[in-house]
Amino acid sequence: MLKIEHLTKKFGGNTAVNNVSTTVEEGKINAIIGPNGAGKTTFFNLISGVHRPTSGTITYDGRDITSLRTDAVARLGVARTFQATTLFDNASVLDNLIVGHRLRTRSGLLDVLVGSSRLREEERICREKARNALDFVGLSHLENRLAGDISQEERKRVAFALALATEPRLVLLDEPAGGVNPEETVGLAELIRKMVRNGLTVCLIEHKMDMIMSLADKILVLSYGEKIAEGTPAEVKANPAVIDAYLGSDHADI
Amino acid sequence: MAPASTTLESVLNVEIFLQQVLNGLTLGGIYSLVALGLTLVYGILHVPNFAHGAFYMVGAFIAYTLMTRWEVNYWLAMLGAAAVVAVLAAAAERLVFHPLRHETGLHPMIAAIGLLLFLEAGVQVIWGPDFLRMPTPYTGIFDIGGITAPAQRLLIIASAFALMLALHLFLTRTVMGSTIIAMAQNREGASLVGIDANRVAMLTFAVSGVLAAFAATLYAPINLVYPAMGHLVITKAFVIIILGGMGSVPGAILGGLIIGFAEAFGAFYVSDHYKDIIAFAALVVILSFRPQGIFKGGH
Amino acid sequence: MLNRLHGPLGWTLLFLAGLLFPFVVGNDYHLTVMSTAYLFAIATLGLNLIVGYTGQFNLAHAGFMAIGAYTVGILTVDHGFSYWLSFVLAGAVTVAVGLPLGWVSLRLKGHYFSIFTLCVGYIIYLVIEKWEDLTHGPVGIIGIPAPEPIGDFGFETPRAQYYLMFFFLVLGVWAMRRIVNSLLGRTFMAIRNGDDLAEALGINLMRNKLLAFLISVLYAGWAGALYAGFVRFLGPDIAGVHHTFDMTMYMLIGGLGTLIGPLFGSLSVPWITQYLQFLQEYRFVIFGPILILLVIYLPHGVVGTWLGWRARRAAQVSAAAKPE
Repeated sequence: MLKIEHLTKKFGGNTAVNNVSTTVEEGKINAIIGPNGAGKTTFFNLISGVHRPTSGTITYDGRDITSLRTDAVARLGVARTFQATTLFDNASVLDNLIVGHRLRTRSGLLDVLVGSSRLREEERICREKARNALDFVGLSHLENRLAGDISQEERKRVAFALALATEPRLVLLDEPAGGVNPEETVGLAELIRKMVRNGLTVCLIEHKMDMIMSLADKILVLSYGEKIAEGTPAEVKANPAVIDAYLGSDHADI
Repeated sequence: MAPASTTLESVLNVEIFLQQVLNGLTLGGIYSLVALGLTLVYGILHVPNFAHGAFYMVGAFIAYTLMTRWEVNYWLAMLGAAAVVAVLAAAAERLVFHPLRHETGLHPMIAAIGLLLFLEAGVQVIWGPDFLRMPTPYTGIFDIGGITAPAQRLLIIASAFALMLALHLFLTRTVMGSTIIAMAQNREGASLVGIDANRVAMLTFAVSGVLAAFAATLYAPINLVYPAMGHLVITKAFVIIILGGMGSVPGAILGGLIIGFAEAFGAFYVSDHYKDIIAFAALVVILSFRPQGIFKGGH
Repeated sequence: MLNRLHGPLGWTLLFLAGLLFPFVVGNDYHLTVMSTAYLFAIATLGLNLIVGYTGQFNLAHAGFMAIGAYTVGILTVDHGFSYWLSFVLAGAVTVAVGLPLGWVSLRLKGHYFSIFTLCVGYIIYLVIEKWEDLTHGPVGIIGIPAPEPIGDFGFETPRAQYYLMFFFLVLGVWAMRRIVNSLLGRTFMAIRNGDDLAEALGINLMRNKLLAFLISVLYAGWAGALYAGFVRFLGPDIAGVHHTFDMTMYMLIGGLGTLIGPLFGSLSVPWITQYLQFLQEYRFVIFGPILILLVIYLPHGVVGTWLGWRARRAAQVSAAAKPE
């Protein structure tokens, strides 16, 4: 589904991602792990179009998306969450989600001023998609709660819902379980499995090893911007280069 | 200043050229001093202090009052103004910017504007809206090889560069100064080593106030003192720090000189009428092509 | 109780209050104050769209108001155009100037955008002041005609002018309300929340920011055009950045990013300054610290804080009603 070839990104003198090639398998849960500063978020940023690669190509469904802008990538069906979720705290959870489906609508200023039927229909659809997404992540009961009043784990779920409202085929999750306790982590992992069961492809960055090991179908390991291992959880766990990278760095969590 | 002349002769005239160099150094010196204060504050606190022009303006008024009401010597008046504005700036940091230190976006900018408006209105209440003339003891004019060099301008150039040198020594050779540099380079690291961020913030603001007050007092004798006097200067100072890199000391000095020269030469060779637009036009042009400025912000 | 004032009922009441205002107040002076307040309210509504809803602090807003005003002044006085034609053209000119400026400036983020627009505002002011052949320079333009009558409605009396301003304010509020409550408004708010997230949601940043910017300067330009026909003379001063600061204060007092907020601010503050006449020149001795205190303690403004409190109460009630 997503093919990455010789992807490199340099920021001035610093090479954040160095000649990484990998594939993201459709319908599977792909994970990216690595010590801090390994370039994982930069990798996501390159895929979603936040940065332009210094060299290399990114192919999505056979189509070259290397130099596409972020919103164009999103329209192609690649959704993305961030480590920190900014929501409009003074509005309801549902209100926050309605804009998620905006990219699939076409209403513009004229529609707004005239109050066209297209606008009414699209707003209805957006609201419906927002409800569906909220229901999917199991938070329908929070529909009218103020976004500022929900817990961290609920915020993470709402971020998922926002990504889902864009009707993606591939979802990039950046530390979806950040700041969440072990019990809630299991819940989020189950949600990710549910997403895949419903036809999505997931690619996630995480530091929580037990979550990754039990969740991922395929793992890519980055260290200092380079790919040092790739394979199933069992293969990666036994890989000496991986063990070395983790024990040799200030990372915990294994 | 003589109006823009269209004769080839005047364009090629070396003396006229050197005259503009002198003017450029004068303007550049003032702009650099103002920009330095602004860039220090931005580099440490990431706040574009729109009220910096008010510090500048208050400095001039204090010096003016000291000189006219209490007949204080020019230099002492300058020091007095610097001291008052230093306190004012530190108080502003405590009362206005410190509570907003976690906010990004609009609110710190709006607060700075509120402070600016308050200080301007306050000055107007106390001194009235009129244009005041600051008496300078240095009215002599030197003739250096055909160039008219008013003493005040030479003074501005000398003092401005002396101040920049003093600032450099302060930042690199004193303990207090090095705390500022440490905070600028690595805020977390600095607090780990026990540097009090609050103290440094107040100090930085105080230093920026001192620089502004000196600049205003140096420049006022060849201009006038009035409540809105900070507007043009401060807007140009913002242009300078964006061009030179926000937070960069060398950038502020270099940028100030560039803008000073551009204005001096532009005023004579292009149009005196539109000279103020030069700095802003430069910003518009440069940011249109390089949205991040010319130099990256550095320290 | 107060809850029912929101939505159509509340707006209808405000509309009626505006309609009846001239009959309630005694004299023309009050009408003039209110009419001027309406003008700046229209401009403030525009500013609120780009600042409060899209998160970009445009400090050149008064400059665009001046462009609209001067278009009317120059076309009517120097070229004999009719007022209404000039009015329409004022909108076009403002948007035409706003397009390249917006395109260039909206690529800048945060502080850079504000500083850049501050400079743009200055350039506009300086150009108006210096380009004497076009704008009459510091002398300004005098003798701008009042708007020509439309059908049987003439606009020579203060009362007629009041209703003219009121009409445009109502129109402006209506359009803005439509925009802000629609998918388009939500798009702008998503941008305010964060460029990165908005883009990740498939929103074209440049196109939408530019749209918000152009709508906002159109409001400013037309407010300026109305100003020209109302006050009948212009000076470079109208491009001064202090007008933008005034409008910023209205927005902040009312509440950024709400609709009622800027309206409340721009309609109440001029009255307060009127009654405290001595404050006119020195009003910022009081308003400056108020602005600072608001930003620190009441960042959502009077209306914004009240709306937030109300929403929280509604959410709590709803949560208590539903069994978890």
